[in-house]
Formats: sequence, C-alpha cells, structure tokens
Amino acid sequence: MDEIAVLGVGMHPWGKWGRNFTEYGVAAARDALADAGVDYADVGFVSGAVTVRCGYPGYVAGATFARALGFTGAQLASSYSACASGTTALQAARGQILSGACDVALVVGADTTPKGFLAPNAGRRPDDIDWLRFHLVGATNPVYFGLHARRRMDLHGATTDDFAMVKVKNSRHGAHNPNARFTKEYGLDDVRASPVVSDPLRLLDICATSDGGAAMVVSSMDWARSRGHRAPVRVAGISTVSPTYPDPVIDLPYLAADSVAEVSAPLVGFKESIGARAYDEAGLGPDDVDVAEVYDLSSAMELDWYEQLGFCAAGEAERLLRDGDTAIGGRLPVNPSGGLGAFGEAVPAQAIAQVCELTWQLRGAAGARQVDGAAVGITVNQGLFGHGSSVIVRR
Amino acid sequence: MASDLTLGTFPYKRPPLGTLPPMARTRAPAVAGLFTIDDGGPRLIGGRVPGTESYFFPKHLGGADPRVGPVGLEEVLLSRRGRVWSYTTSHYPPPPPFVATSEPYEPITVAAVELEHEKMVVLGQCTAGVGPEDLEVGMEMELAVDTLYRDDDCDYLVWKWRPVAAGSEDPEAERNGSSP
Repeated sequence: MDEIAVLGVGMHPWGKWGRNFTEYGVAAARDALADAGVDYADVGFVSGAVTVRCGYPGYVAGATFARALGFTGAQLASSYSACASGTTALQAARGQILSGACDVALVVGADTTPKGFLAPNAGRRPDDIDWLRFHLVGATNPVYFGLHARRRMDLHGATTDDFAMVKVKNSRHGAHNPNARFTKEYGLDDVRASPVVSDPLRLLDICATSDGGAAMVVSSMDWARSRGHRAPVRVAGISTVSPTYPDPVIDLPYLAADSVAEVSAPLVGFKESIGARAYDEAGLGPDDVDVAEVYDLSSAMELDWYEQLGFCAAGEAERLLRDGDTAIGGRLPVNPSGGLGAFGEAVPAQAIAQVCELTWQLRGAAGARQVDGAAVGITVNQGLFGHGSSVIVRR
Repeated sequence: MASDLTLGTFPYKRPPLGTLPPMARTRAPAVAGLFTIDDGGPRLIGGRVPGTESYFFPKHLGGADPRVGPVGLEEVLLSRRGRVWSYTTSHYPPPPPFVATSEPYEPITVAAVELEHEKMVVLGQCTAGVGPEDLEVGMEMELAVDTLYRDDDCDYLVWKWRPVAAGSEDPEAERNGSSP
C-alpha cells in the first residue's frame, strides 16, 4: 500500500469541559494546521469522525468542522464506526489522497460526553441489539470488560494486581501528558481501594468518558516533499477489518457470540486480525514495532492487546508487564500517552489521538514521555458492531 | 345474549370491586419472541441457517454467516444447558432501558454460557442469589425464567442462568433419548 504523510497533528486537552464538541475539534484542527505549516485553503478534503451524542451537527461532523473553520468548497465526509470512527475518517482521507482526488486532507474528531455509563438512545426499540442488552441483561460496557477480564484470569492466571499494574504504569505515563485528563500517578493501593464496578474490575481499571478533540493534516508524499517536508512521519498501514464468521468471542453489544458447532473459528481471531491487516499493508511485523497505543477500555484489555498484536504469545502478557517491557524505558512501551486510563474516552477523537501521540513519539517530540529511538508505531482499537481499527506509522 | 357476557361489550360496566375473586397476575416475556416460558422448561428461540448447524440468537437479529440466503433463518429452540464461558457482577445500576427493581440496588451477576449443542456463548443474568463466588469457568448451567420487572397486573419475564444442581438430569436430553 502506498504511504501518505502526516504533516501535522493537534489535540484539544481531554476533560469534562461541557462545551460544544465543535469547539474542541476546531481547536485541534487549528493546532494541526499550524503544526503542519499548511494553509487551510490548501485542504481539499475534510474528513470528520462522527459523534452520536451531540445532535445533528455531530452526525455531519465533517461539515460541522469545515463550516466552523470556514467553507472553502473542500470536499466533505463524515464517518461513524463507534470507537473506530477516527481510523475510518483517516482511511477516507487516505483514499482521497491516493486516488488523486486531493493533495491535502484534514481529519478531525471531537466529542462532548454525558456523565456515567454510555447508554442507548431513548424509546422502546426491541429490534436494536444495543437496546436489548441493557433492557434484558443490564449488560453495560463494563459488563463485557469484566467478562473478558475474568476469562483472562481463568485462562492465563492473571491477577487483579496485574490489571492494577497496567493502570499504575499508564498513570505514570499520563502524568507527563498535557493533553491527558487524569495526571495523578496512582499506586497499587489506590487501585485496590477503588470500588468494584464489574467484578473483577474496579473503578480505576475502567476508562471514563471524556470531552476532547484530535486532528491530523495528511497529504500525498509528493505534496509533502514539494512543501519541504523531507522526512515526514508516514502512515504505512490502516486496518478497518470486520470479523470473519464465526467469531466465538462474545463482545459488545451482542447477546450471543457466533456458533462454532459446524464451522470452526478462523485460525486468526477477530482481535488478532485487526493488527494483522495493518502489518500486512505496512510490510512490517510485531518485531518491528517500537511503541504502541492500544485501547485500554479496561486495564485487563491492554494485556489482551499485547497478545493480539503479536508482542508475545497467548498467556505471556502479564510477564511483559511485570518485566517492565511495556513501560517507557522498556523494550516495547505501550500507551506512553497514558492511554484511555489517563484520557477517558472521547469516542470519535480517540483513534485520531492515538496517531497524534505516535507522531510526536516518532518525531522525538514527546518530552518527558519520549520513547527513545521510536521509528515504527502501531495503534489498535475496536468499535462495537464489528469495527476493527489499527494504524501503523513509521519514519 | 350469552355472548355479551363471555366476550363483553364495550364499554362494559365493570362489576363493583370485591364481587369477583382476585385476578391471577399475568406473566409475559419482557420482549416477545426471544424465549419460551412453557412449563416443560424455558428455551431460547434461535435461528438456524437452513440445512446447516449454524445458529443465532436472537433469531431476528442474527445472521453473520455468509451462507444466510434469501430464505433467511429457520426458527429453532436452543439447548437448555451449557457451560460457563465467563461471568461478572455489576456493582452499579445499569442505566435505562434497564429497569431497576430493588432499592437500594442489588448487584446483578451476568454469565456468558456456551450452549451445549450450538457451541454459542449466550449472555444472561443469573438467578437471584447466584454470585461470583458460586461460579467458575466451565461449570454447567441451565436456563431458567425469572421476573425482570413487574407492574400492577403483570410479571415481565426474562431468561436467566442458574447452576445445574448436582446429579440432576437434563429433561431435554431425556426427551431426545440421548441421556445415558
């Protein structure tokens, strides 16, 4: 797959600001444009990641951000794929660039989130699996996180202290991130003392929901060179794969997994296939990765990703964590930004924010949380209803 | 006419309170079409790709198998029993459309159970009194029906999972003649 250049990145700090999401997106976009040294008039495509919690302007996020920045006749698109929306928006931009439809694209996602559990839309909707899981089972998102964490304990001997150590590690990383919402460094005892939400996970094991915005300016390699960007960070692979039937792992938002009575599960499971597709596009493998940003909706989920991205064999994630391999200074630092544990999730911005962090890391511009010599980075995340999301960047 | 009495006319005159025996409460699924509430033992209503062993639940929302054709899925009753794949307990009340029935909130334990025949993991609440200390991955569970919430006239039901009592046989297996 041909590469595109990341010319600039920008973020509005995560928090619970309670303001219009457009404001965060525009602030992030202006930062990204300034970082890139690109005139907004040169942007030929504005690719918005959608929020479903902010009314109609959220559904047409591409248009909302473009109008707020000023309408210039640029082409627009708005992408929604739940937590994977930012990656889908980036993929739309790559398609425009590699097809020659535009030279420069602006990718933006932002959200304003309510307090507490994310819940389905109002009204009785028995044909909506998302409504059914709340109504009949009380299966909130943390219920699924808890199921996977308990399964990990049973299969691999993980302990609740292992999960807590993920939070401790990521809070150390996030303490150095000016865009993070939670910058307190937590100790093991803090996590142990926090209330249980979905057994075996505690409050500090589970990510909050946040307001925030993130943006990227991307271009063709030729355009980047023509503007003097001799060695920009490049997007080498993007994955937005769906599961291959049958997927025997129960996951959000379903009441049942796929049946494997007749057709066996594929050799590569859905979560594993997400990174595999990005590696294939980039012509790289897990051994090439220097730094990763993974979706730690729960602390236990971060451990699953180590294995699903091929950083270690199944059942070895706890050892990687305990050995310090995945802390800054270790062999393969994971979530140097602080991850979702330090940010809380701003759904349409989060996958873009992952790439922003890797861009700073690959430029050597991450300050106190810098991963030395980072040349290849991978993000991974998953949107409910079957949206894989992974991006590989390199320099 | 007698039919006026049996079918009623509208508007009909309601007999004064206290002149009739109290009505039995009615029982109804909280959402129709997902499970049976027969006395012979509740069953989940699933879908199957015709001519295959590929199952879905709920039937009307299933169908990730690429072999699902224009005919769609046929309706089947799913295994009553299965084994615990995982479990968790929610210590905070879920938001609506969950209907909280106890004040203060009583934690809900949810089990994911792999059905015996269909090899398909299905979520459900556990019956009252079953907590994480009672469960372990791999243990055998069976389907039950329990009240999810109620109003003045009706108990609204849902399927739930409960541990199989030691030594009890699956009535379904007996009917199928496959019990040892």
